[in-house]
Amino acid sequence: MSEKKRTNMVPFPSDAIIPERDLGTRPVLDARHLGVEFGGLKAVDDFNMIIGRTEIAGLIGPNGAGKTTIFNLITKVYQPTTGTILIDGKDTANMNTIQVNKAGIARTFQNIRLFDKMSVEDNVKIGLHNGLGYSAATGILRLPNYWRKEKLMHEKALELLSIFDMQDMADATAGSLPYGAQRRLEIVRALATSPKLLLLDEPAAGMNPHETEELMENIIKIRDTFQIAIMLIEHDMNLVMGICEGIAVLNYGSIIAKGTPEQIQSNPLVIEAYLGKQKEAKA
Amino acid sequence: MKKKINKTFLMNTFTYLLVIVAFLVLNSLLEGGKLGYRMRGQLVPACVFIVMAVSLNLVVGISGELSLGHAGFMCVGAFSSSITIALLNAAVPNDILRLVIGMVVGAAFAALTGVLVGIPVLRLRGDYLAIVTLAFGEIICDIISCLYVSLDDKGLHFSFIDPALPGKMIVNGPMGVMTGGRIATFAIGFALVLFTLIVVLNLINSRSGRAMMALRDNRIAAESVGISATKYKMMAFVISAALAGMAGALYGANIGTVTYKEFTFDKSILVLVYVVFGGIGNILGSVISAAALTVLPEILRSFPEFKENRMLVFAIVLIIVMLITNSTAVKGWIERIKGLFRKKEEADLPETTETENVQTEEGGAEE
Repeated sequence: MSEKKRTNMVPFPSDAIIPERDLGTRPVLDARHLGVEFGGLKAVDDFNMIIGRTEIAGLIGPNGAGKTTIFNLITKVYQPTTGTILIDGKDTANMNTIQVNKAGIARTFQNIRLFDKMSVEDNVKIGLHNGLGYSAATGILRLPNYWRKEKLMHEKALELLSIFDMQDMADATAGSLPYGAQRRLEIVRALATSPKLLLLDEPAAGMNPHETEELMENIIKIRDTFQIAIMLIEHDMNLVMGICEGIAVLNYGSIIAKGTPEQIQSNPLVIEAYLGKQKEAKA
Repeated sequence: MKKKINKTFLMNTFTYLLVIVAFLVLNSLLEGGKLGYRMRGQLVPACVFIVMAVSLNLVVGISGELSLGHAGFMCVGAFSSSITIALLNAAVPNDILRLVIGMVVGAAFAALTGVLVGIPVLRLRGDYLAIVTLAFGEIICDIISCLYVSLDDKGLHFSFIDPALPGKMIVNGPMGVMTGGRIATFAIGFALVLFTLIVVLNLINSRSGRAMMALRDNRIAAESVGISATKYKMMAFVISAALAGMAGALYGANIGTVTYKEFTFDKSILVLVYVVFGGIGNILGSVISAAALTVLPEILRSFPEFKENRMLVFAIVLIIVMLITNSTAVKGWIERIKGLFRKKEEADLPETTETENVQTEEGGAEE
């Protein structure tokens, strides 16, 4: 047909910021007008966020602001009622949790969810499940491919554990690890799925200042070695202001401020959300 | 690292060795004519129930879904293999080969039933799943109780309504199926047990088995790292059904005439008792408990004082063992014995875990 095809125009949030080094590459996450309702209660409303390819982004806000809900929406634990999520440019409208993981998103959980009865190494191997595959029949018949892949998995698992210097604990049962080590193991398991975007839900919760310091270095190290984006929810402001490049502040399910750590720290709306409004002097 | 591999490896080797040694001892006794007729009669059933318990443990212990309809798959296996064996009576004169073909057919039909039952059932979780599997087990039995099959020159005739079929009846509704004689032997039973162990143990210690255990331990976390619950729950269910089908084939070939009444709810529960008794998720435990609990009632029968109330004694033995193994005092003793062994190893272990513990304790205090 000779008729001229009309260009399809989509809304593009103009207030988004990404690191300059990521300009010219496709953002790894692009959430537009994201919203979810639970029985009439708007848990998240009109959430927009763009994360650059190698950005460390922070999501902060008071308790109950909807931060973990955002993670659950991105990973499709909940299906959003409105809005779209693009992972690396791909629309995730009809995907489930498993497909979202395969598309490149891995996460950790606020309340640790490890496979408690399995060994540390097996936990990481579960993360490698889709990356290094062989069929069930190969496993039952112990074909050469089984031995080759299992050896690769073993090496890869130890290599990943060595990021956090945990290779010596590979045999321990995951449930018996101390709290901080369990949090680190969750990160390793998520990394094993070779994600493009890693979602960390309160990675420093329950860690002492020394451990938090170490975690900050490790998060930057992970970003640099794997060249992936990281988005984290955290209440420890030292960690957030120390390593996050872009920060979004959430309150009552909607974004109240976005910007660099400096901009966030001086934003009156943020201060109000955290500390409350100053009482006006009565006339 | 080496230690862990060695641990599962040792456990598996021990399981295989135990089964092989038990077979060799019993077989030599059998051939020397030193086994009483009661024990002789329990050898093949013991094999059947070992296979049933191990395969059910794959679903209950490894995949973590309580299935109460396991005997249904055994029923499908027994009937389909019996029909096959009856058909091949003339074509395959070798008893062993005929039984093996029967087992393969039984496994195939049971696996097919497993898929059909699994599609609706695995959408449910927990107690609901258990109740629905119970219902499906009964449905399978009821359907088979109305099945009529006959054979004449023109081939097989099937009917669910009309018992008057031309030719020779093979399956006669509630009267059951006449298999081609009692062709099961202890050796075939042993081979099936070994086959089952190889399949199940290799599966558990592979990628797929890990995925099943991950889904059992934490479904949300497993899905977040891209493991499909539907796929692996179904895989466990179907493999388990196929093995139960093979056990059913052996069972049918052992007793000659099979009716649907052999495979009702109580048989499913009996197998579940074996699994729980041996330890959920513990394959070696299933083997030992299935063998012991199959033989125990027969041993009790040989004591004149227990002859009348042997099932009562059987129940009391079950209760006592369950109480003992679950008592905290006994668990404490076991831990202490384990501790004695552990002390020797402690010297080689790196001290990382201890220092980590101290660190988190400090962290907790500061909060």
